[in-house]
Amino acid sequence: MAPRLSISKLIVSGLRKLSPRRGIEYSFTLIGFTIIAIIALMALLAPFIAPYDPIEQNVGMRLTSPNAKFIMGTDNLGRDIFSRIIYGSRIVMHVTLLSMALSSLIGVSLGLLSGYVGGKPDSVLSLIMDSMYAFPSVILAIIIAYMLGPGILPTSISLTVVYIPTYFRMVRGYVLSIKESLFIEAARATGAKGRTIIFKYIFPNVIPSLPIVLSINAADAVLTLAALTFLGLGIAAPTPDWGFDLKKGHEFLAAKFWWPSTFPGLMIVLLTLGFSLFGEGLNEILNPRLREGV
Amino acid sequence: MVSLRVYIIRRILLAIPMILTLISIVFVVMRVAGDPVSATIGLHAPPAQIERLKERLGLNKPLYIQYLDYIWQLLHGNLGRSMIWGERPVLTEILEHLPATLELSIWAFTLSVLIGIFSGVFSARKHRKATDHAFRLYGIVTYALFIPWIGLILQLVFGVHLGWLPISGRIDTGMEPQTITGLYVLDSILTLNIYSLVSSLRHLVLPTVTLGIYLSGIFTRLTRSNMLEVLGKDYISAARARGLSERTVIYKHALKNAFIPILTMMGLQFAALLGGAVLTETTFSWMGMGRFLFERISYRDFTTVQGTIVFFALFVVMISLLVDVIYVYIDPRIRY
Repeated sequence: MAPRLSISKLIVSGLRKLSPRRGIEYSFTLIGFTIIAIIALMALLAPFIAPYDPIEQNVGMRLTSPNAKFIMGTDNLGRDIFSRIIYGSRIVMHVTLLSMALSSLIGVSLGLLSGYVGGKPDSVLSLIMDSMYAFPSVILAIIIAYMLGPGILPTSISLTVVYIPTYFRMVRGYVLSIKESLFIEAARATGAKGRTIIFKYIFPNVIPSLPIVLSINAADAVLTLAALTFLGLGIAAPTPDWGFDLKKGHEFLAAKFWWPSTFPGLMIVLLTLGFSLFGEGLNEILNPRLREGV
Repeated sequence: MVSLRVYIIRRILLAIPMILTLISIVFVVMRVAGDPVSATIGLHAPPAQIERLKERLGLNKPLYIQYLDYIWQLLHGNLGRSMIWGERPVLTEILEHLPATLELSIWAFTLSVLIGIFSGVFSARKHRKATDHAFRLYGIVTYALFIPWIGLILQLVFGVHLGWLPISGRIDTGMEPQTITGLYVLDSILTLNIYSLVSSLRHLVLPTVTLGIYLSGIFTRLTRSNMLEVLGKDYISAARARGLSERTVIYKHALKNAFIPILTMMGLQFAALLGGAVLTETTFSWMGMGRFLFERISYRDFTTVQGTIVFFALFVVMISLLVDVIYVYIDPRIRY
């Protein structure tokens, strides 16, 4: 075997060992879940595990490289980067969870209604949702965040708007595919109300695919949020935020100060990876049809 | 070919409601979701200044008049005028920055499709072997890579540390070739300017790789899954049975049939490309549309931001139109 394959072999055999006889999908899910859990714990326990105040400036300690006292070094204002990273997880988790909850709630309800009602309202709503979906999500988030101004709630709203169409399209498509099926018709024949049909017969069928979409959208939301704060939108200084810290640290890169930007960026990548691994693994476990073919 | 022409005309007509919806969404976001006055000068400006701004943006008129005004101006190709720097027409400024974005996008897109298709084909051929799993992981990991972070690592290694490549800008100062298309590499070749050619290519490497890697993962995954499906088909076994070389079977028979969904994805990924360009350009101080948008957002140049967003929207619709038309030529089975 050529030596260039040995590293990938090593990784794969390691992943296999994590979940014997179950296939690599379980390892994906497990690793993803672990990453999400660790970062969620970081957010919850931030005041107890952060060694320093994330906002307090220390002019004498500007841009010190990683050492025993500051394991990730300090930034240009002498703030401990490790502490800022721990506190930064709060913003990401807060905004991601809030926007996922809101967008799935609104998207799923609109999708159910629109698909069930059909006709003119459905075509108009679909046109709007399709247009929003086609638009580059980062740019859509940028203008909404620009108009709404900084803050956790406005930022969550801008992400919510971006992800509503994903849920809408998925749910509406599903409703259309089962609307004419026999069990719905039977329910209608026995005199069930529209509301009952939607919530008792259609909605439960949508639930299984939700965790996957939620997880994959969460991965995307972490990136979009990071993009917003990287561009200076959404969260105002001095609140610790990974995207914003990455941007600030980036200004000192050419002078060889690599640590203020590298670590916050790494966290963004890790959390995104956590959500996507979790979602991908879940997808293949819950949809075994795909696993057969792929 | 009459049906083809009818199809294309119908497709163009179908794009009109989409365009109208998109520019209406932009209007709603920029007038209703937030307050243009506070987005431009903040709420604590002197009343006289606020009044002047309202006059200028037509905010004193009823909302529906503002909307009709907006549509009317767009129909005349007028994207408004900048609020800073001598009120230059927004369209002029956009067209100045467009070539830089096009140049970056073309290279990055080509790179991502090449990486994606070859790794996907390779992965499918090694189905369920270690290489295959590694490429599947590659597909997931690349998607999670935050563009400014990949850019930063590349800048750190190849620019700051090794000093091999420049980390910002499109070309060394004073090296710009004579402008013909605005695409530096093409202009350098057209004017036979070897120095500009080298300089612009050197500047292109890191941004192209950054954006290219980010976009490649989805093509790897898609090519892999489509190839796996196609490789299981009878006509592939038939081709193998006829004794055709593996290369012919894979690239001529299998890939050709797996290509249509990949083309669809190329059209869809265009939006991601534009979003990615904003981040890549900001990371590498690449003076394209994305960097321009970022700059004007920080200067709170409301009219320019609005104009640029509308331009992006039109751009996206045009590309999806183009992809649909290309389809018909590639796959004669497709008709709507």
